[in-house]
Amino acid sequence: MVEKTFKITSADGVHARPATVLVQNAGKYESDINLHYKEKSVNLKSIMGIMSLGIPAGAEVKISAEGDDEQEAIDHLASTMQNEGLGE
Amino acid sequence: MTQLQGIAASSGIAIAKAYRLETPDLSYSKNSIEEPESEIKRLHEALDISKSELEKIKEHTRNSLGDEHAEIFSAHLLVLSDPELIQPMEDKIKSESVNAEAALDETANMFIDMFKNMDNEYMKERAADIQDVTKRVMAHLLDAEFPDPALINEQVVIVAEDLTPSDTAQLNKEFVQGFTTDIGGRTSHSAIMARSLEIPAVVGTKDITKQADKDVMIIVDGLDGDVIIDPSDEQIASYQKKQAQFEEKKKEWAKLKDETTVTDDGHHVELAANIGTPDDVTGVLENGGEGIGLYRTEFLYMGKNQLPTEEEQFDAYSSVLKQMGDKPVVVRTLDIGGDKELDYLDLPDEMNPFLGYRAIRLCLERDDIFRTQLRALLRAGVHGNLKIMFPMIATLEEFRQAKAILMEEQDNLKNEGVDVAEDFEVGMMVEIPATAVIARQFAKEVDFFSIGTNDLIQYTMAADRMNERVSYLYQPYNPAILNLVSNVIDAAHAEGKWAGMCGEMAGDEIAIPILLSLGLDEFSMSATSILPARTQLLGLSREEMKGYKDELLSMGTSEEVVSFVKEKAGLE
Repeated sequence: MVEKTFKITSADGVHARPATVLVQNAGKYESDINLHYKEKSVNLKSIMGIMSLGIPAGAEVKISAEGDDEQEAIDHLASTMQNEGLGE
Repeated sequence: MTQLQGIAASSGIAIAKAYRLETPDLSYSKNSIEEPESEIKRLHEALDISKSELEKIKEHTRNSLGDEHAEIFSAHLLVLSDPELIQPMEDKIKSESVNAEAALDETANMFIDMFKNMDNEYMKERAADIQDVTKRVMAHLLDAEFPDPALINEQVVIVAEDLTPSDTAQLNKEFVQGFTTDIGGRTSHSAIMARSLEIPAVVGTKDITKQADKDVMIIVDGLDGDVIIDPSDEQIASYQKKQAQFEEKKKEWAKLKDETTVTDDGHHVELAANIGTPDDVTGVLENGGEGIGLYRTEFLYMGKNQLPTEEEQFDAYSSVLKQMGDKPVVVRTLDIGGDKELDYLDLPDEMNPFLGYRAIRLCLERDDIFRTQLRALLRAGVHGNLKIMFPMIATLEEFRQAKAILMEEQDNLKNEGVDVAEDFEVGMMVEIPATAVIARQFAKEVDFFSIGTNDLIQYTMAADRMNERVSYLYQPYNPAILNLVSNVIDAAHAEGKWAGMCGEMAGDEIAIPILLSLGLDEFSMSATSILPARTQLLGLSREEMKGYKDELLSMGTSEEVVSFVKEKAGLE
């Protein structure tokens, strides 16, 4: 399993458009991918899961991936976070 | 055969079969099932077909309205692929042995409730998204037809209770021949959109949805306001003839496209068009518009979930200004509130929205929104002949305050080293009677007036223009209105300024001779009204009409005015 921690820098937190892109990209991988925020963790392939967390600006989140393509998945999602101006 | 009378909202004749635009009955019964596997398969089939429809709608929306508007469907598509939504449905079918309809409804409702109860406007709207997409899936499970105007691929006439702006935006002119609705008037949103799309329409028929079944033949006569359901062969033939005659007439008008509008006695008036989006400019130029007299900017703010950015606005305004070249473009700043709501602004409900917190009243308080728009306008202004006007001005202080903010932003941009428009006119809408009464005082400070008749009439007559029971009071030719209009025009001319009109009245064949007699300088109307108006003006003498001014203004009733004008201007 691989993990990576991010700080949300977007002023609006994790809002609709970047969340859509994150979920679309997560869906391209076989690995189980989860997003952890506070005590909760949700499936990153689920748009409703992500939205239900209501992640605000400045939050610390962690993405974990487990499976054959876990490394590619986590790298891709890390760059998605940056490209969408979500966090680093 | 049944014939209904409605309001002619957009000219032309349409003959095609009915397409009913309505949400089907989606009630279902909860059954227990024997074979969960085949039930799950049924669920997935409904999901798949819904997804492929959404893909098509997304594509269509991207082409007609751009990426921004298409994005919402990407989110809808993700909801339908969401493992956290689909898995619980499958589990429910297996463990509770219920049918797919019940599994879909109960699972979706659980999420809808969860989002609705979140303390966040944005999340609450997501509940509506889930509701939207599950309705589509439910319709497929029940084998009910879920209407999608964007997916129509044969010639039809749309039949609906009313059309929302987003419904209208999805209509494909190639297939949609016309539409007819139960409610609405000449100035309702759907009517205005129909004219800008040049689709024949009759609105306010009261019960077309009760009378017209799916696929029945319908004739929509947008010239006289008639709708004929299940016509005889003779009727179809006679309307085909009327249709051909109308096309002929349009060709005659088209010859005047590149002419200026000069009255019989050699006086020039300007014929401009009202638009809502940059896409409308093509229609303005095709119809020989000499300018844009009203650019309604609120469409940039509608149908989305956040305010448009300065860049988005800059792109739209620049596009309109560039397409129009050196022809004038009058941009009205944001006119929102009243009947035009924006969910994301979270405005409180009001008892009397038309008399409430809207337009410039809102902009002066939320000057963050206002300043963003003004900056975009000032920057775009370098690309053409920009004129800015403020809506719903009631007092001189409001005008001064709005103009001061505009000038402040011009200074700010200059200090930032940005290119901005320097010489441009700043005017106001006259729609509140208070301003028409003391137009002389306003005329000293504004560069122009544009009279917004739809609101001016309803405020002067104290009659809600959407309320059918008092619709008899919506009287454009009432001498009270004519005296106010005349006062505004005289006030402008006394200060060497110009006066225009951007309400529906400006394109009306009875109003045109009256407005000419009162001395109006600019007439702004739906693009499709320009050529007929030009044809009419070429045959009128301004001097002769001016001779009738005093007589018109001293008349007592609307009827007197109408019969007098019909006689003098040679209208039947």
